Amino acid sequence: MTDEKRQQGLEGPPPEERRTPAGRRNKQGIRIDPEVEATHKPRRTVISALVEHEPGVLAEVSGLFSRRQFNIESLTVGPTKDDDRARITVVVEEPDPGIDQIKKQLRKLLPVISVRELEPDAMRRELALVKVDAHDPAAVSAVAEMYDAKTVDSSPETATFEITGARQKINAAVETFSQFGIREISRTGLTALARGTDETAAAPSTDATASAADEANQQQTQQYTQTTTDD
Amino acid sequence: MSERAAKITPTDDDEQPDDQITDSATPDAAAETETEADSESTPKPVTNGAESVIRALENAGVEYAFGVQGGAIMPVYDALYDSDITHITMAHEQGASHAADAYGIVAGKPGICLATSGPGATNLVTGLADADMDSDPMVALTGQVPTEFVGNDAFQETDTTGVTTPVTKNNSFATDPDRVGTDVSEAFALASEGRPGPTLVDLPKDITKSETDVEPDAPKTPDTYTVQEEADPEIVEAAAERIENSERPALLLGGGVIKAEASEVCREFAIEHEIPVITTMPGLGSFPEDHELSMEMAGMHGTGYANMAVTHCDTLIGIGTRFDDRLTGGIETFAPDAELIHIDIDPAEISKNIHADYPLVGDAATVVEQLQEAVDASPQATKWRAQCQQWKSDYSMAYDTPEDEPVQPQFVVEALDEATSDNAIVTTGVGQHQMWACQYWTYTEPRTWVSSHGLGTMGYGLPAAIGARVAADDDQEVVCIDGDGSFLMTLQGLSVAVREDLDITVAVLNNEYIGMVRQWQDAFFDGRHSASDYGWMPEFDKLAEAFGAQGFRIDEYDDVADTIQDAIAYDGPSVIDVHIDPQANVYPMVPSGGDNGQFALTEDQL
Ligand SMILES: Cc1ncc(C[n+]2csc(CCOP(=O)(O)OP(=O)(O)O)c2C)c(N)n1
Repeated sequence: MTDEKRQQGLEGPPPEERRTPAGRRNKQGIRIDPEVEATHKPRRTVISALVEHEPGVLAEVSGLFSRRQFNIESLTVGPTKDDDRARITVVVEEPDPGIDQIKKQLRKLLPVISVRELEPDAMRRELALVKVDAHDPAAVSAVAEMYDAKTVDSSPETATFEITGARQKINAAVETFSQFGIREISRTGLTALARGTDETAAAPSTDATASAADEANQQQTQQYTQTTTDD
Repeated sequence: MSERAAKITPTDDDEQPDDQITDSATPDAAAETETEADSESTPKPVTNGAESVIRALENAGVEYAFGVQGGAIMPVYDALYDSDITHITMAHEQGASHAADAYGIVAGKPGICLATSGPGATNLVTGLADADMDSDPMVALTGQVPTEFVGNDAFQETDTTGVTTPVTKNNSFATDPDRVGTDVSEAFALASEGRPGPTLVDLPKDITKSETDVEPDAPKTPDTYTVQEEADPEIVEAAAERIENSERPALLLGGGVIKAEASEVCREFAIEHEIPVITTMPGLGSFPEDHELSMEMAGMHGTGYANMAVTHCDTLIGIGTRFDDRLTGGIETFAPDAELIHIDIDPAEISKNIHADYPLVGDAATVVEQLQEAVDASPQATKWRAQCQQWKSDYSMAYDTPEDEPVQPQFVVEALDEATSDNAIVTTGVGQHQMWACQYWTYTEPRTWVSSHGLGTMGYGLPAAIGARVAADDDQEVVCIDGDGSFLMTLQGLSVAVREDLDITVAVLNNEYIGMVRQWQDAFFDGRHSASDYGWMPEFDKLAEAFGAQGFRIDEYDDVADTIQDAIAYDGPSVIDVHIDPQANVYPMVPSGGDNGQFALTEDQL
């Protein structure tokens, strides 16, 4: 080490004298025109995952969502035609990069066989059980009929209905029933399948990583539109 | 090191089923064993789950394991007794996991650690989380209470797979003695294939004790695990074109480059096309820092010139890096003019933090070769290279060493570097000393820098030095540059180093502070030193002697060179208690979330 070096401290132009680049990225790491704010707005979507039917899978999947702070709206699990496989249907609300991340992170879990985001036209259903006060049985039945609700239990004081359908329909039914006084509600969360011959989550396991990579690659062509923010 | 560490005294196990004992005592079985012993190639057949576990490790070529005994793991240790695997008994399971992690970094294949159920397993967690953040290959085998007690809050029961799921690449709970060996083989393969990481197999005592004659399969990942080796050729072409037309290209090499053994191809690529090279902290050693193209490390405490280069480049080729926030600073100002070419084996790293314009999923070595083939003309970047050199002199990493002040830590790091050979391995704790070790040691070879990056684990240095020593070549020196606070967290490991006669040198940069915290308190908390003043530090040289290691002490500049010489020359573990300037601080610094190009050179600029 030279004596000269010993004498110096760190030097060079201070921050304010340094040139700074013109570019900027948004919070999602995407390069943007600094004049406009560009962010992806969150959107609601349905992700379907085919998983090994073994203990701990649900904990692994839900743990992934919670520790990565993905905003989960609902999550349902159920068996499939294959005894060794279960289907997990998750509704999430995230900006696009977040949704991509969710799919890629899910695919990394070993018991996850395949992952797919469903098209907007996919069949989606929820089920709700609604227990209402039945002091006015006729009026209650009329509302039930309006929403195709099935009576599953009735007592002198209460009536319990089963309603299936899209979330909006159930929300509307619940709201209408509320005029009678709702005692309890239990809802399942959403389950979904792709339409027609389109397979919801294809089984061939070797596709799992390949499609993750494909999807990562596709991002290149994905256009990120820039919009000025409203607020 | 002693050939067979820690012989385990066989214990009478009351629970051992009688039939098993009579079984092996029958003349038939004895005869079989004899003939088997004659032919070296056929090992003794396995008779229980634990032997199958050990056989799986042997099949995988495992030579060393680090661990601590205990009730639930005893059957596995019993099987280890007859194995050629050298077991190193650690003083604490956390040390076992860090040693295994460091072994994995230096050797490039999974390090193994063993622990019993409950507290043994929970003590491994820090090391697992550390390896997970840094993608280090490692296999943990934990004992578990017998299956029938699982879930009943039995003595020393912990839901180990539950606790470790978020901090392992994969874990499994063994349920079948016929399969337990294969579970371990699979864990081994998963730890090293694709993006490496820690794996764990939880081993209930009844499973390891139960009879089985099933030999484990060879290490192989499950069929559902596939890794893409080659990147999409079309995007490779597009990326190559971008590089050719770039005016301000820069390579950013991360830890993945070292893990994928891609240092060599990256060097060739950079040198052929004369592209300046920046590394991340885990990427230290992937490119020789004494090369003209090296800009060294970027990020929070990176060099000024690396941070200028990363901020002003127009094409950034990030390889095996996950764009951690300590590297990027604020996302908005990270390489804001650059189109990003991102090479990574894990698709989930692509566009996780920074959007990749050219996503290249695949093995780093393979993809860089693809890229090398596709790039026809080097970028025209003479002006840019000159600018980079200018920044190197503008922001040179120098420091003052006034004779009337205590020893400056940077001086000690440089002296240690000078006293050792190029392939010497450095391990560290976490804090200021770690940053000086990054900044003032000149790394030229991959797998010579062993530190806790993502998790930032104080106490990592000494156990890591133990693991690194075991994995290193005999002619490689192993130096642990530690902080007083960090050393205090795991110094019981000295007992291991002494017992195993490991030639390591620990230099404790003793400032009687947990210095990095003191630095932040000075900068951001009005100098209120809440709980960071460690004025009650033991004398580390004397402490070392109490353990049976060699102790040294440095108080002034005149001691530095000679004492370091003596400590390095000492054949066995030595500890130098280096009393440094307690007020010394780490600069340059980018405050968290700040702009890399606006790094501060002094506290006033923060
Ligand atoms: C296990 C753990 N606890 C706390 C911290 C927070 N922390 C980060 S740096 C630091 C100070 C380290 O002090 P020391 O090891 O003496 O090193 P120095 O900064 O003085 O070089 C602390 C407490 C940590 N990183 N790890």
